[in-house]
Amino acid sequence: MNEHVLVVLPHPDDESFGVAGLIALKRKAGVPVTYACGTLGEMGRNMGSPLFANRETLPLIRKRELQDACKAMDVTDLRMLGMRDKTLEFEDIDLFADRIESIIQEVKPTLIVTFYPDHGVHPDHDATGRAVIHALKRMPAEERPETYCLAITKNRENVLGAPDIILDIREVAETKMEALKAHRSQTEGLIRQMEENFKKGVPQVMNWFETETYWHYQW
Amino acid sequence: MKPIIPSEVQTYLDQHANKDVYIHLETTTGAYNAHQNENSMTVVAFIRNVKFRYSLAKITGFGPFRVGLKMEEGWTYAEGLTDFTIDEQNRLILAGHHPDGKLAIALQISTVPFPS
Repeated sequence: MNEHVLVVLPHPDDESFGVAGLIALKRKAGVPVTYACGTLGEMGRNMGSPLFANRETLPLIRKRELQDACKAMDVTDLRMLGMRDKTLEFEDIDLFADRIESIIQEVKPTLIVTFYPDHGVHPDHDATGRAVIHALKRMPAEERPETYCLAITKNRENVLGAPDIILDIREVAETKMEALKAHRSQTEGLIRQMEENFKKGVPQVMNWFETETYWHYQW
Repeated sequence: MKPIIPSEVQTYLDQHANKDVYIHLETTTGAYNAHQNENSMTVVAFIRNVKFRYSLAKITGFGPFRVGLKMEEGWTYAEGLTDFTIDEQNRLILAGHHPDGKLAIALQISTVPFPS
């Protein structure tokens, strides 16, 4: 079976923070990657420092940043779902799942990556993970693609156990950095801080560019 | 966006009194607030494209600024506003930013709906 990765996340930059290493490794191996991004991060709070965005220009800026990040990671197929930031948990979950299901039918992914429901911290993260799982539960268990979930709550290991996928991403660390830098409006301050910490040798910072961890969804 | 010039904001507010306008009003701590600091509650509210008519509007304070809009049967107000722009579509965009550029509050007025 031909491999195909489908990433479903709500905000431009979620993919760069969480999945850039996996995407870059898969692309290096020639595996096509489809990324379905729910919103344009319209409600983001980072407006650039010094300011270069406002509430109305931010979505346009973040759309471009998303496209640039996808270029950096060599994502082969970017889908923008056109929902609004901060509203996903209030959408009709059946309709949300229908849209994901139609992409699943079309690209026939062998691997899906999304947020672990209830472990996403941001309500949009949880809503997206829930919609993906909702769509997958409509399929017979044996036909479901492998499902990797990002979990970022503090109690994740207490609830879910240790992560079952620990991916060494060191060989694509530079790609991850480029993807993060593409989201300039959201990451500029962070990257500045990161580079300072890196110079000081703070070990937590390097971890970002060394490993990515995922949990298989526990059906 | 640039630091608020109260007279320019007041002129815009006066020009749009007693007319149908659309507002966007928002305050936010960011969705990760409680995740980063357990002693702090995450609080966000926003309302967008409410059709609206005010009879009186004022910008007050010495920076950060406050804006109050008096309606026939109520009030709308925002505090903590630091920056503004009147964009090419003649929309008034007011925002309050933390020193690091993060948005904390927004109040916007337009004669046509904002994109949904």
